[in-house]
Amino acid sequence: MIELDRLTRRFGGEVAVDDLSLVVGRGELLVLLGGSGSGKTTTLRMINRLIEPTSGTVRLDGVDTATLTPHELRRRIGYVFQRIGLFPHMTIAENVGVTPSLLGWERDRIRKRVDELLELVELDAGAVRDRLPDQLSGGQQQRVGVARALAAEPAILLLDEPFGALDPLTRDRLQESFLRIRRDLGLTAVFVTHDMTEALRLGDRIAVMHAGRLAQVGAPRELLRAPADDVVRQFLETPRRQAELVEGLLGDAGPAPRP
Amino acid sequence: MSALREQLALLPAYLTGHLELSLLAIAIATGASIPLGVLATRVAWLEGPVLAIAGVVQTIPGLALLAAVVPLLAALGFQSIGFLPAIIGLTLYGVLPILRNTVAGIDSVDPALKEAARGVGMTDGQQLRRVELPLAMPVIVAGIRTATVWTVGMATLSTPVGATSLGNYIFAGLQTRNYTAVLVGSVAAAALALVLDGLVHGLESGLRRRRRGMVALALASLVVLYGYTAWSLARDARGARARPIVVGAKTFTEQYVVAEVLAGWIERTTGLPTRVAPSLGSTVAFDALRNGDIDVYVDYTGTLWTTILRRQEPPASREAAIDQIGRFLASQGGMVLVAPLGFENAYALAMRDRDAEARGLRTIGDLARVSAELSMGGDYEFFERPEWRSLERAYGLRFGSRRTMDPSLLYQAVALGNVDAISAYTTDGRIAALHLRVLDDDRHAIPPYDAVILASARLAREHPDAIAALARLQGAIDARAMREANREVDEDGRTPRQVASDIVARIAGATPEPARGD
Repeated sequence: MIELDRLTRRFGGEVAVDDLSLVVGRGELLVLLGGSGSGKTTTLRMINRLIEPTSGTVRLDGVDTATLTPHELRRRIGYVFQRIGLFPHMTIAENVGVTPSLLGWERDRIRKRVDELLELVELDAGAVRDRLPDQLSGGQQQRVGVARALAAEPAILLLDEPFGALDPLTRDRLQESFLRIRRDLGLTAVFVTHDMTEALRLGDRIAVMHAGRLAQVGAPRELLRAPADDVVRQFLETPRRQAELVEGLLGDAGPAPRP
Repeated sequence: MSALREQLALLPAYLTGHLELSLLAIAIATGASIPLGVLATRVAWLEGPVLAIAGVVQTIPGLALLAAVVPLLAALGFQSIGFLPAIIGLTLYGVLPILRNTVAGIDSVDPALKEAARGVGMTDGQQLRRVELPLAMPVIVAGIRTATVWTVGMATLSTPVGATSLGNYIFAGLQTRNYTAVLVGSVAAAALALVLDGLVHGLESGLRRRRRGMVALALASLVVLYGYTAWSLARDARGARARPIVVGAKTFTEQYVVAEVLAGWIERTTGLPTRVAPSLGSTVAFDALRNGDIDVYVDYTGTLWTTILRRQEPPASREAAIDQIGRFLASQGGMVLVAPLGFENAYALAMRDRDAEARGLRTIGDLARVSAELSMGGDYEFFERPEWRSLERAYGLRFGSRRTMDPSLLYQAVALGNVDAISAYTTDGRIAALHLRVLDDDRHAIPPYDAVILASARLAREHPDAIAALARLQGAIDARAMREANREVDEDGRTPRQVASDIVARIAGATPEPARGD
């Protein structure tokens, strides 16, 4: 269980996150949804102390994270980066096995774990494990990114717009894979995105952020039924508006002409 | 062919000296620069000053940097000529490229990767070792390669501060116009630079591309080279206790010859081992003698009178100069003026005989009348020397233009008409060979330049037998013999050592061995 208790973060005079409180239950996937500058990524990074809060507390299963050593805390929390961040001088196997090796796992155990994870993210372990990251496609690289985050068997997974830079087809397939993995492993996860469709598809609950504050939090259905304010309403209407637009275009065009 | 074979016989000693200097300097520079560079990327305020200081050191010309270390070490009481000043100068020079590239390499690592390193749970040290250094390594290695090539090249400049290197070929070769020696030295230095650069490149490239064979080959080669260097340095250090008598020589032909004569004579008459330290800068030689880094060398009374005794007025006579210099040296911790060799090698002004004839010039006074129309060439130090100021004062010389060049090129320059007059040495064999005329110093503006043997206080203390042997060289070489010896080296292409051994044999034949008691 993750508890964010009155978290605030200032950068100079700017308030990035303002008095935010949230609880993520065990096995739950919470989506942090918001536009650029809404404070969603800052919030995510305060959970594993990549950013220290100006005030407020983060508790994991009741333990205040400020009492833990930062790098040890991070080894227990999987993190998937928006810019993927695979180390270009390490092979795929070394990238996936990096956190277990920091934890001092045996070589054989790491090797087994890496193969298992590559399979989990639907990559051919034999074909990719000794390659370097730049020999893989963007979609394959992010699958590796997810595998790396899961390598040390973390109970918590943090994802920072992990599929944002991928083409729509690849993104669709990765979302599907991720849903299955999450279900299989029963992970507690916080997933940052600005894509409402993605949020609706993946989230158990959605927390909408705006200007550093929490606008509303609830299950997708609750948000759709009773949006708290105009900001939330606008966010929720985007996918519906897009769907209507597509439908309209398809209706006008009719079936594709045949020779 | 025999000239080449003769030079190649020197290669093992010179190449070993060069390897010792280069490899040790590169190793120290690398070992110091990478941690310093890492520190500069960690402590923000350090980066600017550290790079600025290293950059300033880099702008000092190589030879000046090496020469500047000599008086610095002497002032601190360390051995001031030889290996130590050379290694310090070379190391300082090698620091900047490695330091700069270390900082640049680490700074250029993608911030997303640094964040990823923290995100997967690395400590600062792990982030540095596992991510930043490996990613910066190609840039750092490029800096090491630059430093390697620079250091191997600059190590040739260690010769004038008394360290053996491939520069011994180049300096001695230029002075004695032995271009085979210059060529052997230059080619060997270039080849060494290419080999070391290739090995470092091979090592880095092998590591990056994970080629085990390549890494093993480059590593094995470097280990062999470093192993050999370490062994050789250890041998030098052991040898230092049973030190041979070190004979110094300045950077011109006559000095190479007389140094070999002194060395040959000492070995022949006393059986003590000797070593010649060639191509020392003019004042470096005297400082080295004072510090006991060399034991004996030949200097000239005029030079000692003006630059060491710092006397403005000319001495009353040749004998008075020798007498006063001898007393001054004795007062400086017991150095000894052993004996005059019997010839004078004065600075003189010379020009083409037919030019002088055409203008009717016999004396420097005659020259002064037309000097405004003429150009004058001097060696590196001539125009800075008191003799030149004394000449200017006494005769009112005002040349239309002045040029400074290497002494080995001066005579050629005046013979070809590139300059009208030059600073010459009265014993130089090329005066006769190139049909030059020495202008008469009728106002005695230039002090006498008797060649005198100087010995260190330590030699006088530890080897009085060597001093006694050297004293027997008094008057042994006259000006004609010296000029002939210089000509044989400069014109006939004989080596100083060959010419010197003839002289030693001649002197030995002429002076009977002193009777020894049983």
